[in-house]
Amino acid sequence: MKRRHFVKRTALGSLAGLLGAEIVFGANMPENYDLLGLQDPDPFKLFGKDKEMKVLNSNPWNMEALAHQLDDRVTPNPYIFVRNNGKVPENINEKEWTLTFDGESVKEEKTFTLEELKTKFKQYTYQLTLECGGNGRREFDPPAKGNQWDIGAVFCANWTGVRLGDVLDAVGIKSDAVYIGYHGIDQHLSGDPTKASISRGVPMAKAYQDETLLAFQMNGKDIPLVHGFPLRLVCGGWPASASGKWVNRISVRNKVHDGEKMMGTAYRVPCNPVAPGEKVKDEDMCIIESMPVKSLITYPKTGAQLAEGKKLTIRGHAWAGELEVTKVYYSIDFGVTWSECNLEKPVNRLAWQHFNASIDFPKKGYYEVWARAVDANGDSQPMLVPGWNPKGYLNNACHRIAVKIV
Amino acid sequence: MKKQDEFREKVMAIYKVLIVSCIMVFLIGVLGVIYMVSPNSFSFESNKPTTKMVSVDEEDDWDKIENGIHIRTGLKDAEGLMAVVNNCTNCHSAQLVMENRMNEERWIQTIRWMQETQNLWDLGKNEKIIVDYLVTNYPIINKGRRENLNEIEWYSLDE
Repeated sequence: MKRRHFVKRTALGSLAGLLGAEIVFGANMPENYDLLGLQDPDPFKLFGKDKEMKVLNSNPWNMEALAHQLDDRVTPNPYIFVRNNGKVPENINEKEWTLTFDGESVKEEKTFTLEELKTKFKQYTYQLTLECGGNGRREFDPPAKGNQWDIGAVFCANWTGVRLGDVLDAVGIKSDAVYIGYHGIDQHLSGDPTKASISRGVPMAKAYQDETLLAFQMNGKDIPLVHGFPLRLVCGGWPASASGKWVNRISVRNKVHDGEKMMGTAYRVPCNPVAPGEKVKDEDMCIIESMPVKSLITYPKTGAQLAEGKKLTIRGHAWAGELEVTKVYYSIDFGVTWSECNLEKPVNRLAWQHFNASIDFPKKGYYEVWARAVDANGDSQPMLVPGWNPKGYLNNACHRIAVKIV
Repeated sequence: MKKQDEFREKVMAIYKVLIVSCIMVFLIGVLGVIYMVSPNSFSFESNKPTTKMVSVDEEDDWDKIENGIHIRTGLKDAEGLMAVVNNCTNCHSAQLVMENRMNEERWIQTIRWMQETQNLWDLGKNEKIIVDYLVTNYPIINKGRRENLNEIEWYSLDE
């Protein structure tokens, strides 16, 4: 972005020099000049994303992966979904970055530089699954408001950072602490500096989990800008909105954090089940915590045509929020019969697990391969879209791919 | 005769200087006009891709419509289009509007929510125009509990 302003200025400068004139026509510049410049026409280049990624919204930028793009065991940046509530910040100076701890339940306010966080605390690396609370929203009927995510707002990357718990201990927390709430520097879409784009958080128990990190690296490199450079709170297994990007302040609260998108219907579902389309009062909505059990077939890509008699190998990932996945099944007859897949253990808690199976098809024709994961509590993915909720969260219905035997 | 020739030559010389001066003034004038109309034609960097965003075409065709689609936003060209463009695409993209399918009641609820929390202004008479445009051009599609897989792109898989 800076480069562009530079080019613009030098172009004006050279013109002015050439003609010995004042840059009076600066005022005649089209009003949308900066807007066009800032809204880079190529979001794929801007964020280093694969061309096949699906753009859901360009302001704010939101894009998701197709199932087959998520085939890697650890998701590389080009296939990681982009979810923004506000504007992606620019011109971040890593060297001057600080993180302040405040709120009712800190013994005293404390600020760390990024360098202090990196050097004063032990670093850890975990593979953590982050899924948007609204992943799968597009299937709800009646439709739910918001970005119409299909299946690709999920990924599992390696995150390196320090434990939030270690840093909280260094700050000193009062016994009445209930919740932490993050604050980032992303600007509200309306441009109003008094409004926060998003400021969510987690209860103290989640904040103190070993895997809850203040991360500065993703997949062994600085976190890409759009994913929260230079510092991101990462709370694996919970709606990805709990993992605040561009974090510069954490409030330790003596009540449930009441920041932007914590209240009302945001990242909440009805405390008691409701009929599709039913109105739900704000006070009857409960905050989403752990995400439900889910799986994704990442190979082959849907639409495969196979010669009769050939075996089909399928593979994919399964995850279950705070829990481990214990079984993954597949069906080629719409759930009449289920067969068990090979399933690997997670590399660490909150990492997605990999499954595979080799499938024989009895005769020619159209098939769908459905996958169904079961978590440690015995809860299974539903084949149908689960309980309707006003904002369309938590759709963990079975993923399926189309296959034709010819 | 010699004197006459000399005089004639002098007059010719002055005449030439005058013509050249006139041409120069004319050329400077032309350059000035070009500069006033399009200042960028003097920029030596205009061929570089980085300055591409100074796009005069887009200025001219800011609200161009092709095949029934408003090019800049992707919205369908129908009654109320410009009210939607002018009121609903300032803070977020039109994609967010198009992918959300709601009835009149829920659109109005959404507008109220944007007014209460997102700094959306009072839409006045445009509110009805906008909501009518949305429910007419982007109606709700009934999906039931699970849709068929559609738009499958078939390909041969050799294992």
